[in-house]
Amino acid sequence: MFSTAMLMAILPELLLLVVALLVLVMELVWKGEDGRKLGWLAFGGLILTLGVSVFVAVPSFGRPVFGGMIRYDLLGFIFKMLFIFGAAMTALFMMDSEKLGQRGESYILLITATIGMNLMASANDLIMLYLAIETTSIPMYILAGFMRDNEKSTEAGFKYLLFGAMTSAIMLYGFSLIFGFTGSTALTAITGFSMPMAVGIILLIAVGVGFKISLAPFHFWAPDVYEGAPTPISGFLSTASKAAGFAVVMRLFIGLFPDGQYAHMWTLTLAILASLSMTLGNLVALRQTNIKRMLAYSSIAHAGYALVGAVSLSELGVGSVTFYLMAYVMTNLAAFGIVAAFSRVAGSDEIADYAGMSRRAPGLALAMLVAFLSLTGMPPFGGFVAKVFVFAAAVKADMIWLAVVGVLNSIIGVYYYLTVLKVVYLYRMEGENESEHPITLTRPYAIALTVLSAAILLIGIVFAPWFNIASNAASNLF
Amino acid sequence: MNFPILSVIIFTPLVAALILLMMPEDRKREIRVVALAAGAFAMLLSLWVYIQYLTQGLTGYQFVEKYDWLPQFGISLHLGVDGISTPLVLLTGIVMFTGVIISLGIDDRPREFFAFLFILASGVFGVFVALDLFMLFFFYEIAVFPMYLLIAIWGWVKTREYAAMKLTLYLFVGSVIALVGALAMYFTSGMHTFDMLMLETANFPAAFQIRWFLPVFLGFAVLGGIWPFHNWSPDGHVAAPTAVSMFHAGVLMKLGAFAALRVGIMLLPAGAKYWSPLILSLATVNVVYGAFIAMTQTDLKYMIGFSSVSHMGLVVLGFATLTPDGMTGAGVQMFSHGAMTALFFAATGMVYDRAHTRKIPELGGMAKALPYVAITFIIGGLVSMGMPGFSGFVAEFPIFMGVWQVRPWTAILAAVSIVITAAYIMLAVRRTFFGDMPEKFEGHIGPISVMDKVALTLLSALMITLGLFPGVMVPMVQSGVENVLRLLGGA
Repeated sequence: MFSTAMLMAILPELLLLVVALLVLVMELVWKGEDGRKLGWLAFGGLILTLGVSVFVAVPSFGRPVFGGMIRYDLLGFIFKMLFIFGAAMTALFMMDSEKLGQRGESYILLITATIGMNLMASANDLIMLYLAIETTSIPMYILAGFMRDNEKSTEAGFKYLLFGAMTSAIMLYGFSLIFGFTGSTALTAITGFSMPMAVGIILLIAVGVGFKISLAPFHFWAPDVYEGAPTPISGFLSTASKAAGFAVVMRLFIGLFPDGQYAHMWTLTLAILASLSMTLGNLVALRQTNIKRMLAYSSIAHAGYALVGAVSLSELGVGSVTFYLMAYVMTNLAAFGIVAAFSRVAGSDEIADYAGMSRRAPGLALAMLVAFLSLTGMPPFGGFVAKVFVFAAAVKADMIWLAVVGVLNSIIGVYYYLTVLKVVYLYRMEGENESEHPITLTRPYAIALTVLSAAILLIGIVFAPWFNIASNAASNLF
Repeated sequence: MNFPILSVIIFTPLVAALILLMMPEDRKREIRVVALAAGAFAMLLSLWVYIQYLTQGLTGYQFVEKYDWLPQFGISLHLGVDGISTPLVLLTGIVMFTGVIISLGIDDRPREFFAFLFILASGVFGVFVALDLFMLFFFYEIAVFPMYLLIAIWGWVKTREYAAMKLTLYLFVGSVIALVGALAMYFTSGMHTFDMLMLETANFPAAFQIRWFLPVFLGFAVLGGIWPFHNWSPDGHVAAPTAVSMFHAGVLMKLGAFAALRVGIMLLPAGAKYWSPLILSLATVNVVYGAFIAMTQTDLKYMIGFSSVSHMGLVVLGFATLTPDGMTGAGVQMFSHGAMTALFFAATGMVYDRAHTRKIPELGGMAKALPYVAITFIIGGLVSMGMPGFSGFVAEFPIFMGVWQVRPWTAILAAVSIVITAAYIMLAVRRTFFGDMPEKFEGHIGPISVMDKVALTLLSALMITLGLFPGVMVPMVQSGVENVLRLLGGA
């Protein structure tokens, strides 16, 4: 009845649960200043989970387990590892965050959300999927509004909750239509759509996942939430949470409508949304003066780029999305980590206040150079190869117009990313006395940013192994 | 397998950049020593490659290295040099070394300056030796983005932000448009490889070639300063610090012309034949219009910037003739112009550092205070005018012969530029270096350092050697051109 495959399929989640419980227990011991140790515990636990899972739980072939509720395959596994890695880095960034880093709840919520994401990436049944999405969302609502005495954070949490509840209800309505018309909730067993209903289902689901990946026009929450939420949490939201949304996009749409006229319909719908997202995200990002809002709009644009690969509906496409998300998760985590490290000392998120940063903290400025050039899509950083692959997928699928839209958009991106780097490297602080205002990095920041910068370079230069993993994972869907 | 010299050439600057970034910021002396050593090492290696290519039979691709990078996608690190790229590798080595020498005096964050300059050099070497389309793009972009920081941080305060952003956007637009074309080539060929030697045999349908040739060729030629996309270039030259202007005009613009040839003409030969009349016309505008605008400039750097537009127009003109003479001339012109313009910018930088102005009417009598700079500047001027005995003649004469064969009236029109060039160069030389020195400069113009002299000597010696002994380069370029002509079907 209970097989090893079943155990292996949920091994990462089980381990995460253990880590969460450990944090809960240790919180009773480590109080006050000692609370920071909880962060090391969470980080260590997450990395250990990652290591153990990679060591013993890599699936050799894809199969459904737990009565078809979960699919134990490489695609899900890769995404899980990505989430756990993201959570580990986020734990490091959280440690020296005021009112966040010394409290056990924040780490427990982070780990719970990660468990939810893991299940999102491997769910094989609509009911399981919905539960996983809620398991992810609820802790994230709380984390976004964690700073109760900060108005912006409270607003962020509340706004995220309202948008999330609304869109998930709409998606649930879509699920209920699927069940009502086809009589099944198992992704692999659903067949027999008919015309008007399929359109409705595609649109309803697009709303739900569109919210998760902050795709225009369902993006309105993102800038406010990213700005208000504690910065490490914004980083987690914009990377792991978004990647989880992409896992769902690929499993749901490719699973439900793998080919034929319906496939054409959803790819076209999402292609239009992707172009809208890229264009709107980039254009609005141009006007931002707050770096977190700018990164929010940039992440809306990046959702569009990644979706370009998904709508190509090919193994290359899915592989390129997976690769894109690997590079993007590393890059954007680093970007938000830098913002967190900077604002902890400088107390500001305004881009103008980054003036003189390269003199105040040369190392941090260099990390920012790496992260922002990777976001721009410059080699030798991960963002370049990732963009080339998704655009290649579009060209291969004969969607040259979409590749051209993407390419033109990445040019707009150059402008605002470089503008930030210009402020960092070129401008000086008022009074030109940067050496009196150094920005020191605490150890967790230094570790996380070093690891992430190295990862961005590694993905950008030695891209073959990562791409092979991504495309092996992609073959699970076809 | 032989010593992987090309990889070493590419990675020397990159490793040097990493070492520099890890050194403590306040050890400026050590930082300069490391930069100088890396520059000298890369130059010697490129010189060795050049001599080896010259002595070991002038045929085909040599020093070939191939490592699989992403076999599934057909991407490999495939490197090799032919008769056209070998001189450019040497040029890059020399400009890098002289650029480092000229910049030894930089005092504001020299560590970052040299690191970014070396990353740029790495990208440039990479483009010249890449035989894989993907890698070519990879290195091409690496060569573009450090420019932004180099100009924005160390450039001329008045225009640097504007010029740096303009340059980056122009070049990025060009390269990503070319990238879409490259992806189209990859999928249309159906060969699952980015290897350019394989793609050369793909025989793309004529309609495909005609559709994609212009985006690809012009996308790259933006960096070559082709009209009407040349506008970024003089602004960039002027705003950039001396070493970066040298790199920019001396090497980077060649990158554009070279990639346009390598990807545009060599992979899409039928498209090249179809569009060559248009390219000829655009390049003619470059040549003549650039010279006229240079004539009207009062800022020495703007004058050299527009003269670069004019001279690079000759390169594109030569390539567009698709004749052996024209293309050979264009290949030599890339080298000759690279050395010449690097010299011009170095000399101008030395004058500016002392006089704090580049306005031609405000200068005068500099030959008394800076005789060495004056002499080398005049040598550069003679090259620029295409005087026999200097490299400019060796390069420009075949170009005009090639153009004459294709479209005689274009040759006549373009030849007008020679007269104008002579006029503005002589005017600039006379007003800057001769006549009376304005009183405010008396006693303020200090001598140049020994290292500065080394740089100027090296660059002038190159141009004179090439002018007196064309045999050291022309046959080499010819061998590369033969390969291009083979792809063009012996046209």
